[in-house]
Amino acid sequence: MSGAFPATASAYAGEWDRFFLVLVAVSGIVVAAIAIVIVGFSIRYRRGSKAKRGLLPDAITNELELTWTSVTAIVFIFLFWWAAIAHLKNVIPPHGALEIHVLAKQWMWKAQQPNGVREIDELHAPVGRPVELIMTSQDVIHSLFLPALRLKQDVLPGRYTYLWFTADKPGVYHLFCSELCGTEHSRMTGRLVLMTPADYARWNAAQPGVEDLAAEGEKLFRSLGCSGCHAPASSVHAPDLNGVYGRQVQLADGRTVTADEAYLRDSILLPRKDVVAGFQPIMPSFRGVVGDGDMVKLMAYLKSLANKGERQ
Amino acid sequence: MSDTALIYVRHQDKEQNYLQAGHTLMSWLASTDHKRIGILYALAITFFFFIGGLAIGLVRIELMSPNGDFLTDDAYNRLFTLHGIVMVWFFLVPSIPATLGNFLLPMMIGAKDVAFPRLNLLSWYIFIVGACFAIASIVAGGVDTGWTFYTPFSTMFSNGDVIAAAAGVFIAGFSSIATGVNFITTVHMLRAPGMTWFRLPLFVWAIYATSIVMVLATPVLAMSLLLIIVERWLGMPIFNPANGGDPILFQHLFWFYSHPAVYIMVLPAMGVVSEVFACFARRRVFGYAMMVYAMMAIAVIGFFVWGHHMFVAGQSQYANFVFSFLSFIVAVPSAIKVFNWTATLFRGQITFEAPMLYALGFLGLFTVGGLTGLFLASVPIDVHVTDTYFVVAHFHYIMVGGSVSAFFAGLHFWWPKITGRLYSEAWARFAAIVMFLGFNTTFMPQFIMGYGGMPRRYHVYPPEFQIWHVMSSVGAVVLFIAYTLPLIYLGWSLIYGRKAGSNPFAATGLEWQTASPPPKHNFTELPRVTAPPYHYHPERQAPEPHDRQPETAQGEVG
Repeated sequence: MSGAFPATASAYAGEWDRFFLVLVAVSGIVVAAIAIVIVGFSIRYRRGSKAKRGLLPDAITNELELTWTSVTAIVFIFLFWWAAIAHLKNVIPPHGALEIHVLAKQWMWKAQQPNGVREIDELHAPVGRPVELIMTSQDVIHSLFLPALRLKQDVLPGRYTYLWFTADKPGVYHLFCSELCGTEHSRMTGRLVLMTPADYARWNAAQPGVEDLAAEGEKLFRSLGCSGCHAPASSVHAPDLNGVYGRQVQLADGRTVTADEAYLRDSILLPRKDVVAGFQPIMPSFRGVVGDGDMVKLMAYLKSLANKGERQ
Repeated sequence: MSDTALIYVRHQDKEQNYLQAGHTLMSWLASTDHKRIGILYALAITFFFFIGGLAIGLVRIELMSPNGDFLTDDAYNRLFTLHGIVMVWFFLVPSIPATLGNFLLPMMIGAKDVAFPRLNLLSWYIFIVGACFAIASIVAGGVDTGWTFYTPFSTMFSNGDVIAAAAGVFIAGFSSIATGVNFITTVHMLRAPGMTWFRLPLFVWAIYATSIVMVLATPVLAMSLLLIIVERWLGMPIFNPANGGDPILFQHLFWFYSHPAVYIMVLPAMGVVSEVFACFARRRVFGYAMMVYAMMAIAVIGFFVWGHHMFVAGQSQYANFVFSFLSFIVAVPSAIKVFNWTATLFRGQITFEAPMLYALGFLGLFTVGGLTGLFLASVPIDVHVTDTYFVVAHFHYIMVGGSVSAFFAGLHFWWPKITGRLYSEAWARFAAIVMFLGFNTTFMPQFIMGYGGMPRRYHVYPPEFQIWHVMSSVGAVVLFIAYTLPLIYLGWSLIYGRKAGSNPFAATGLEWQTASPPPKHNFTELPRVTAPPYHYHPERQAPEPHDRQPETAQGEVG
């Protein structure tokens, strides 16, 4: 690739670079064709030139318009179809992706690996396996931009957004915030470090502060008093959380939702929003008690319960 | 009154043009003459154009170096925000409709004035009040949200003067709405006898379509800005998720206005160049009816594509596909128009006066801007290039390369009509060519660095992008010269320019059949429209070199 292209670190990036080049080629042909016709007409039909004027060809007006309208529409719809079909397979992340939590705040990126290793303005990830980023913001809207992977996703306060990729080329790449977020927006940058699986494992093990996120979450689950109601032995009538993650949940108002991160987060912070069918809305809100960091741990614990549920 | 006296009054009417109708300041500031109001708008937007240009000039100086050593972070953010707000709402939106539209629309349909002349004057005052708020926010320290005012940054976190700026844009919006209502009514009610809908010049159709978009879309902008003010000032929870609000809601509301606003800026440009191509190729516009349908289609479909600004904002992936599809569709009528303009040149007698050069520049730059729009309509490409310089380059090609070039085309085309004077043709052609070259030097590098991953709104940036930024800044200097030149030679023409005569370009429109500058009431008698527009040559006979005069003008004027 020429110098104008950013580094390419995934098959996805290469695929869309090729599509981009097709668009460049199509546009180039169109611009060249129009330019040739305009310059040609400008010279041939300049005032006083000898070129034939005379009687205008009749009746072709409608045919001509119909032709170029339908050709243009067909080409445009074809381009849409091509991009849409190819993109459709990227919409749903694969199962078993390595989950890395990303927390954005004015003006830094914090990431937390599955084993609890934390980093700031750096994102380490292995190549060769799917990685999913689960992202949220503490203040304003930010946007995680990884040009080497041709990926970008806004990071929102009060909500989770996701990004996933399977990289194939180890290296150090740019990591930008691409949504204006205040004074130091242009300094909210960092490094995406892609490593071979072996290097990644070594790097992970060598970091201080390794903790098992799920185990930390279990501690919180007890200390915050969640277990008082949600433990199977509890006398309070509250939903059992074993295997809840990823399950379909029937709500009191008749809706059915999937218990994903967003649902679980809302259930902790806004318990009255989605009450499970058959239960009383007695749970207190943990807004202001459970911060974004603790939320990551609780999520990890609830997901580990999901795995237990599958095994049983 | 005796007969002699009547004749004398008629005679005087004929002699006195709208510029001679009063020389005091009040005769301008209290005038309800659409022509004078058009000029009031022109003065105001010229001022704002240079304010907005000055701001971005400082930004481009800063970007010569990647280290951010000329301005502070905050000053940088405030300058590009100032540039965006001023250029969009205080220059581009009113540019062609409120200046050329105001001046020409009643004349083109054979009317004495717009339908509501006092409302017309009021819209100018509303615009100025809005502008005062915007200037106050600049003087008070500026705004750092970008012209897009994204929440919750703008409502909860920004330390700029958001309320004054939002109030300024909110107020200026009412000026748009009033102007839109005025133009719609004028076109419906005040067409001269014989001026049927399908005899309207395309410029009138364009302003009509624009007015509909203004009237329907601007209230949504007003609502979203009001909600920002309410949340920031009174603390009502609306967009801030910490209080259960939804920050994405703001983006939906904002782009529901701001995408159609792109068409508010570009439809009038399409109208201008249609007039110019026909006149300087001495040809009827190819496919007149199709041109009308295409403009109306753009105005309608333009309301259903706003989601393409939000592919990475967190909206549903499936919504992304729908908006992607509609964005490809809205490009079809624009493409048709490019083909039709090109076909208009076929077998013409083409000359290359300054308006024609600007219009040809429009055609090239608009085509590039439109085609790169297809890149952005494709979701995966947009994911990579949105919020990078690629997007910046794309919309500058449409709104500056397209709309501003067309504005200059129209300004040069109708300058002799408005002022009664001829400018220096050589200087005008020179400026048109410099503008085209300067524009491409400024913005072509931005496409390249945008795909390379250079985020927009970055004060400091990785050094590998410096080469493109330097090229872009050099182009901006050229562009600055190109924009200053018309100020000089057009100003010069006001005093030293030759008298233009009523129809120096031998054009067909009604506005050319009356004196230059036009009399106070445009026409001395009610015009009778007898022909379709652009009757430069007989129905099926291409123009011959000796046919300097059109086959027939659109109508007879007193």
